[in-house]
Amino acid sequence: MADGPEESSISLKGAEIRVARFGAGRPLLMLHGGLGPMAGAPFAQTLAQSFEVIAPVHPGFGGTKIPDDFDGLQDLVFLYLDLIDELALDDAVLMGFSMGGWTAMEIAVLRHPAFAKLILVDSIGIKPGGREDRDIPDIFGLPFEAVQELIWHDPANVIDPANLDNDQRVAMAGNRTALAFYTWSPYMHNPKLPQRLHRVAMPTRLIWGESDGLVTPDYAGALNGMISGSELVIIPEAGHLPQLEQPDAFVAAVTEFAG
Amino acid sequence: MRTWFFTEDAYPHLPPEETYDSVRVDLPNSIFDPAKGADLYHMFLDLWGAADELGLEIMNNEHHQTVTCMVPSAPIIMGILARETKKARLLILGNPIANRPRPVRVAEEMAMIDVISRGRLEVGFVRSVPYEAAPANVLPYRGADRLWEAHDLILKAWTHRDGPFNWEGRYFHSRQVNIWPQVYQQPHPPVWITVGSGPSTIPVAQHGHVGAVFLAGYDGVRPIFDAYRENYLAAHGRQATLDRLAYCAMIFVADDHKTAMEGAERLLWYLTANKVPSHWRNPPGYFPPHVEAQIMSGATVASVNNAGETSVEDQMLRGNVFAGTPDQVYEQIKNFYEYSGGFGNLLMMGQAGHMSYEETIRSMTLFSEEVYPRLKELTASYDPDEMAEIRARAPVPQPATGDNSVAIDFNR
Repeated sequence: MADGPEESSISLKGAEIRVARFGAGRPLLMLHGGLGPMAGAPFAQTLAQSFEVIAPVHPGFGGTKIPDDFDGLQDLVFLYLDLIDELALDDAVLMGFSMGGWTAMEIAVLRHPAFAKLILVDSIGIKPGGREDRDIPDIFGLPFEAVQELIWHDPANVIDPANLDNDQRVAMAGNRTALAFYTWSPYMHNPKLPQRLHRVAMPTRLIWGESDGLVTPDYAGALNGMISGSELVIIPEAGHLPQLEQPDAFVAAVTEFAG
Repeated sequence: MRTWFFTEDAYPHLPPEETYDSVRVDLPNSIFDPAKGADLYHMFLDLWGAADELGLEIMNNEHHQTVTCMVPSAPIIMGILARETKKARLLILGNPIANRPRPVRVAEEMAMIDVISRGRLEVGFVRSVPYEAAPANVLPYRGADRLWEAHDLILKAWTHRDGPFNWEGRYFHSRQVNIWPQVYQQPHPPVWITVGSGPSTIPVAQHGHVGAVFLAGYDGVRPIFDAYRENYLAAHGRQATLDRLAYCAMIFVADDHKTAMEGAERLLWYLTANKVPSHWRNPPGYFPPHVEAQIMSGATVASVNNAGETSVEDQMLRGNVFAGTPDQVYEQIKNFYEYSGGFGNLLMMGQAGHMSYEETIRSMTLFSEEVYPRLKELTASYDPDEMAEIRARAPVPQPATGDNSVAIDFNR
């Protein structure tokens, strides 16, 4: 495990997708957020003790290309429907972080039979406020440092691009473009999702960092109210990435619910 | 050489620099005084009117939410000038069609100005500078693709004569397209497109449109112009004529060298006042990741933000500023012209910042009376073979100090 997860390229209809698969147990389809793939992080390795983790890379992230025929997040959803068929997933857990959470909700409202449980981590996808409320800060109109401050609970985790090497900066820039491609407008949400979320038919848990300044616990509360029977678990001393800042509490919240 | 007088219509009355982070996108418009703005609009219109009388052609453009350009709608200014001027060609460079939701509206506006001016309009299309992404709410990713689809739709709307057609493209949909009025010039007004790199010239040259380069300097101009000429030759089987290429520089002419340098200093406001933070300069998807990564790194961000450190001397060495007495300015332009391999359109950014009407008119007058006739002779005697010889022996200019990152903004 120390060497990181094994990745392979899976060919679907007209698209290539990179997927890391590791661990053993109940299948867990893990959809990453806008900061890019995190299958190599310690939390994912711990999850692999209880789950077969299936961690695809959204096209455009991690140095991959956005397919020419992609226009937005709906294309990602349909790519994952093909992937789910290809892997013949059954009784699986669907877990998404941030924009991966939005993607997971789009799959969940289709009532896909492959999944038995849904986990949304600091997820975007809805717009609780009015037309002049900025529910999620415009990260494409903020200085890099300001976005970092919104993301982390512990200021010591803030990344200074000057401390990265060029390859890391290029990867970060590519991820930023891909995130913008999937979330630019309507900004980070699908206006239709709230009226469709009643269709989520599986047990659902929201896991949220208490200090998330980007997608706040208030937002989590609004989303929690839209999904029937869902529960919200707040993780203290964590921001937008509880899986990185509080990996033990995060993994516990996942395994307790879906293990 | 055809020369086009251009001012970007700055609103220069800024508060102390330490009180704001950006002159673009988010500077509150409470800073804009409508009374001063009215005076400025009338001054700019008067300058263009004078250009018409002096025998210069006219160019304008548009930007949004910025003190550097008070014109968020180039067609409104050009609509006025279509009526107020008599002879000048009228160039909008350009319409930001990658950011426009309805290209057909652009086709209609351009047709109207073309008719009012009795066929004096030239229509530029641009992808837009990075700071336009937020005001337009358009992700810059695939901006070139959107530009070319919008271009195709506009050209069809201009040239289609037989009643409605429909357009159901990748980026734009329109039904029952049947613009009134049709254009005055047949089959359509001349088209210009800005180019900032060799590869970006390919479709422009293939269409035979004018390729315009802004402030690329000695460092940048050859690869772009050479690529245009090669691509034009490959597409059309003949050499591109000089009028297919345009170069935009800041130009100031005065009676003596000292006055000229002082005027050029004020003209340089265009670069030095452009205080814009990295997140507006670098919207996602505008630059490829390796360029965005450079902007992300501390060193380059600092150099871009410190555009204010540039100088007239530096920008003259780069080939972005031509300034001096008429003799000096002619020599500078001729050197650049020969180094570049030749171009038939000079876009003269002749006013910026706090420059007064009087000093601008003096510069325009000296240019039109003492520089322009010689430039026309220069291009009239253009011969491709002779140019190749001249270019081979044209001295490579002394490299300017520092990088040329400030020019990034002006390439599109």
